[in-house]
Amino acid sequence: MPLTREEVLHIARLARIGLTEAEVEAYASQLSNIIDHFGTLTAVDTEGVEPTAHTLPLRNVMADDVPGPSLPQAAVLALAPQTEDGYLRVRAVLE
Amino acid sequence: MTPDLHWLTAHAAADLLARREVSSRELTEAHLRRIEAVDPQVRAFITVTADRALADAEAADARLARGERGPLLGVPMALKDVLSTAGIATTCGSRMLEGFVPPYDATAVKALAAAGAVLLGKTNMDEFAMGSSTENSAFFPTRNPWDQTRVPGGSSGGSAAAVAAGEAIYALGSDTGGSIRQPAALCGVVGMKPTYGRVSRYGLVAFASSLDQIGPFARDVRDAAAVLDAICGHDPLDSTSAPQEGTSFGAALDGDAAGLRIGVPREYLPDSLDAGVRKAFEEALGVLAAQGAQIDFEVSLPSTEAALAVYYLIAPSEASANLARYDGVKYGYSYREGASMWENMEQTRERGFGAEVKRRIMLGTYALSAGYYDAYYLKAQKVRTVIRQEFEAAFASHDVLCAPVTPTPAFRIGEKTNDPYAMYLNDVFTLPVNIAGLPGISVPSGFVDGLPVGLQIIGKPFDESTVLRAAHAYEEAAGWRVRHPPL
Repeated sequence: MPLTREEVLHIARLARIGLTEAEVEAYASQLSNIIDHFGTLTAVDTEGVEPTAHTLPLRNVMADDVPGPSLPQAAVLALAPQTEDGYLRVRAVLE
Repeated sequence: MTPDLHWLTAHAAADLLARREVSSRELTEAHLRRIEAVDPQVRAFITVTADRALADAEAADARLARGERGPLLGVPMALKDVLSTAGIATTCGSRMLEGFVPPYDATAVKALAAAGAVLLGKTNMDEFAMGSSTENSAFFPTRNPWDQTRVPGGSSGGSAAAVAAGEAIYALGSDTGGSIRQPAALCGVVGMKPTYGRVSRYGLVAFASSLDQIGPFARDVRDAAAVLDAICGHDPLDSTSAPQEGTSFGAALDGDAAGLRIGVPREYLPDSLDAGVRKAFEEALGVLAAQGAQIDFEVSLPSTEAALAVYYLIAPSEASANLARYDGVKYGYSYREGASMWENMEQTRERGFGAEVKRRIMLGTYALSAGYYDAYYLKAQKVRTVIRQEFEAAFASHDVLCAPVTPTPAFRIGEKTNDPYAMYLNDVFTLPVNIAGLPGISVPSGFVDGLPVGLQIIGKPFDESTVLRAAHAYEEAAGWRVRHPPL
């Protein structure tokens, strides 16, 4: 079932990605083609099968609560496009 | 007599350095000259770090002068540009991180530095490691050293091409669905993906966190083992780093395949397999059989066909979450001309990401969105369990599994760029190994129409030693490694 233009725009909005008109069209057809192939999954019987999120036998890895050195604030803020008084600066979220 | 320093293996280079017959500086200068001579054609490097390389070499020579020895001490290498390097640009092949200079080193990078590595530069890659040809690099495609009209594979195509072209003795890459093994096969070098959790992912720019693993490219199996020895081990900075300590993988290389129980899953030899690839694979099995390995063709991994769908649901889903961090606020490319915060964020991501990255973020966002989560993402995770169980069953009576690495040799640049699904099919033999978290190696197994192909050897979790032993025994008997591309 091909994705509609509205669905593509909805996904793009959820992902916060702007799309050009040409991209909307291209992604609608390319994503539909890829999603069609996901039908192979239904051939595998997964009744009663637990999902695998990762392959290690690890659960809830805890670290001791010991303070240690971290990256210098100045070095990290120097990477940001806009800062002010030791903070990251962004446009108003609520307008 | 001057040996061609740029074709040395790491262990041969280490021997020369140990005997003080060559200095790390001479070795490093030879590689910088080689890069200057051939990289305008190959284009393996995004950044060449000549000053850093010479400083590293000087430090290594001082350690050698004090009597220190080590398999990687003073040996020049390259890093895929997905690995964080303090003070050195790390682009991930993306406009989003163009000019980004990380404030810290990845754990694997630190480990190599401690071992005395000399950093020649950062290698080209598909943007955010998404691709199978290195054509998705935002900067330029890398060319296959064996035929410059063809791709080197991907996503770690720059690292594979650099080692194949004599531009670095070894290199690190990352493998999420085949991104080390596939380019290693297409460029005719050894490439290994360790067990998930073997190598710390701290400082590896995240693509799909349950699949990503760092590993080596090398000119032979012994070198791959030496690099693994250096980078393996538990790291408290990566909570998915396995509590196993590193072992000495080099010790496993006894050149003996006698009695090795090899399974060949029939799903990896489909009718559509390239005839030349099939012939090379059968000949490789013949070499192992002649050494006393037992080859069993009665092995089946029935859910293999679903692996591609599992991968293209799980990897993009994880990527869509991981790449949410690129918002134009903290670091990287930032569009700031919009009328609102949201417009700036959407424009940052529209302009900063290339087509394939956007495609995968969209795919993952779709798979995780309301109404599709159970049918796609959760179903894929359940099939992932089935795929793991099928591998476990196969390993109950086999030491390793063997398969081709790729369905075809290197394809032409531009051949598959307009058909994302055709590009995805390249990784059909490698991505099940990531889904199951297993170790896998690609070892050169001959040529098809003058282009290299690889033998894939897959092992049990944390049994890299057996994988390396089998690969080494094959390599010793087959003797492909003496050939170099015509550059």
